[in-house]
Amino acid sequence: MNIDKKIADDLVANDISFVTTVPCKQLAGVIDEIDTRDDIFHIPSNKEDEGMGLCAGAWMGGKRPAIIMQNTAIGVTINTLATLIQYYRMPLPMLISYRGELREPVACQVEMAVHTKALLAQMNIPTYHFHKQSDVEELDMILKYTFMCNKPVAILTDANFWGGYGDQ
Amino acid sequence: MIRSEILKDIAPILRDQLVVCNIGIPSQELHSIDDQPSNFYMLGTMGLASSIGLGLALAQPKTVVVIDGDGSVLTNLGTLPTIANNVADNYILMIIDNGSYGSTGDQPTYAGKKTSLAAVAQACGCENVVECQDVDTGEVLQAAIDSGQMHVIVVKCDSGNAKMPVITMDPVVIRDRFMKAVAS
Repeated sequence: MNIDKKIADDLVANDISFVTTVPCKQLAGVIDEIDTRDDIFHIPSNKEDEGMGLCAGAWMGGKRPAIIMQNTAIGVTINTLATLIQYYRMPLPMLISYRGELREPVACQVEMAVHTKALLAQMNIPTYHFHKQSDVEELDMILKYTFMCNKPVAILTDANFWGGYGDQ
Repeated sequence: MIRSEILKDIAPILRDQLVVCNIGIPSQELHSIDDQPSNFYMLGTMGLASSIGLGLALAQPKTVVVIDGDGSVLTNLGTLPTIANNVADNYILMIIDNGSYGSTGDQPTYAGKKTSLAAVAQACGCENVVECQDVDTGEVLQAAIDSGQMHVIVVKCDSGNAKMPVITMDPVVIRDRFMKAVAS
């Protein structure tokens, strides 16, 4: 299974047409894939809170948005999640590269990894963790759930899910 | 002129546009002067008015006017390259530049010192960057709307705030009526 294609297919199938990204090595393939899709407008952000602002505006303008980012960005976006996305009750699927998990080569990434789920739990953000490639089969349901309940929803995708860092 | 005087001046122009208004006293002033369903008031999240407005402009065809402040743009300077590189000709970013953080006690910003936000916007690649004086705001804003081109307007004005009540409207109500105005 090509998970980059599967993710882009699920975004399109759920009418998500506005995607903002802050890149991560693990996300490079899916970002390349969405760039090939005519149904998705891709607007790179300089910072993740800026990206959430873009998504909020796009949603109020009638388009379904999504943000693709690293888990380190949870530390950047707490205020935006609380006072914009949650306060105004807006849907936002967050496809998150879960750095600092098993197979991580960079020690500093672990420092935010240990806070990631705790912060998401503290924010009452529904959180899903993709560890095996077959976990991607739930993405379609997660996207439907997000736009059903108008909440930010986190999909953490770890190194094992993406096939490691070229170590296999 | 201070910001509230400018907003009173341009209220008849803003009434017919989608407006995304900056957090704090600017939203309180606009809400008191001329509340409209087509106004999106930010109650939190300093710095993101320009980003919300850009997302909105890119998603639908109606003109979007963002009322931002110099302090708020400084907190989200990364917005200017994004605006420059994703041109939406229905997007007008109007920065009320009074050189101070008005909502927190008029502490000075760097935009009131050596930093020119108009020059920053130009360096980021924004086209149609106009710096004007407070008294000319209405004329410049109307010309920008009529041009059908993306604009960044930096309005130089005096520091100061009008005494206005806090917005008590529920955020979901603000958002819902705004979305209905967008879709109408």
